[in-house]
Amino acid sequence: MIATTVTSSAIVLVGAVFLACAVEMVEALTIVLAVGHTRGWRSAFEGTGVALAALAALVAVLGPALVHVPLSALRLVVGGVLLIFGMQWLRKAILRASGLKALHDEDEIYRETVAELEAVATRPDRDRIAFVMAFKGVFLEGLEVVVAVLTLGTSAHRLGLAAATAGVAIVLVGVVGVIVAKQLSSVPENLMKMGVGVMLVSFGTFWTGEGLKVSWPGSDAFLLIFVVFYAIVCAATISVLRKASPTNVAVA
Amino acid sequence: MALLARALKGFGRFWWDFLVGDTPEIFLACVITIGLIALVSDVAKWHRAGVVILPLLVTFTLVGSVRRAVRARR
Repeated sequence: MIATTVTSSAIVLVGAVFLACAVEMVEALTIVLAVGHTRGWRSAFEGTGVALAALAALVAVLGPALVHVPLSALRLVVGGVLLIFGMQWLRKAILRASGLKALHDEDEIYRETVAELEAVATRPDRDRIAFVMAFKGVFLEGLEVVVAVLTLGTSAHRLGLAAATAGVAIVLVGVVGVIVAKQLSSVPENLMKMGVGVMLVSFGTFWTGEGLKVSWPGSDAFLLIFVVFYAIVCAATISVLRKASPTNVAVA
Repeated sequence: MALLARALKGFGRFWWDFLVGDTPEIFLACVITIGLIALVSDVAKWHRAGVVILPLLVTFTLVGSVRRAVRARR
């Protein structure tokens, strides 16, 4: 019998990686679908494939290297990076939820990408523009996934779990995205981003503290307290902003 | 050689955009927060203080950055 221990940090790790990867995958998929529909699938798939290969090479180089860094130093650096990254996500999500910033509209991004591609008239057999756009879309969104997986995975000493979760999220969103094609805008992206932001900031706080020898009561379980605490902070901030500027709430 | 230089420049730009970007106040506040917690916890050996101070500083940074964005809009 295999005994399995599910710790709170593992649950938060899986949640954070899954949501972060799903959000980035939605964004990358929107661009690839727009490129494929407008300029043909061959170059769109080639651009996607090369970007995925470049990302895999990055993981292969950086992953094993990170494992050899002393854990406390790694957690301090990763904690700091996650704090910054997470707060940037939360800031945007709070502003969007308060109506002070336009929501991320996948339909609009799809239309813009299609319009940009249609403006270029020529469609040779091997389409350089389509290749570059698909590559850029997948590589840039993928880099954020790589950073999330490597930082969260190595710091928790669960790189395999983080990578597997990322794989599941990417495949799941990919399959669902291809089936629903242009309905990616129905994904509650801002809510997901808020969830990821809360988890990244929670991990960031926890590991920055660990790296600086802060002794958290209850060890890993304290992560869940951070998740609840930062979720309340976000909800309260959004509520205050909505009350302060009620006219902004309808801004799309 | 030129390709390597371009790749390194791109890599540097990615991290700059990733960490600083349009929210330099978050980057700065994080550096200051880490410095303060290091002083309190690692140097002064007051390991429990960070439990309260760290999340509070993070909260102030987040709310402060949101307020800055709201002010910029007005």
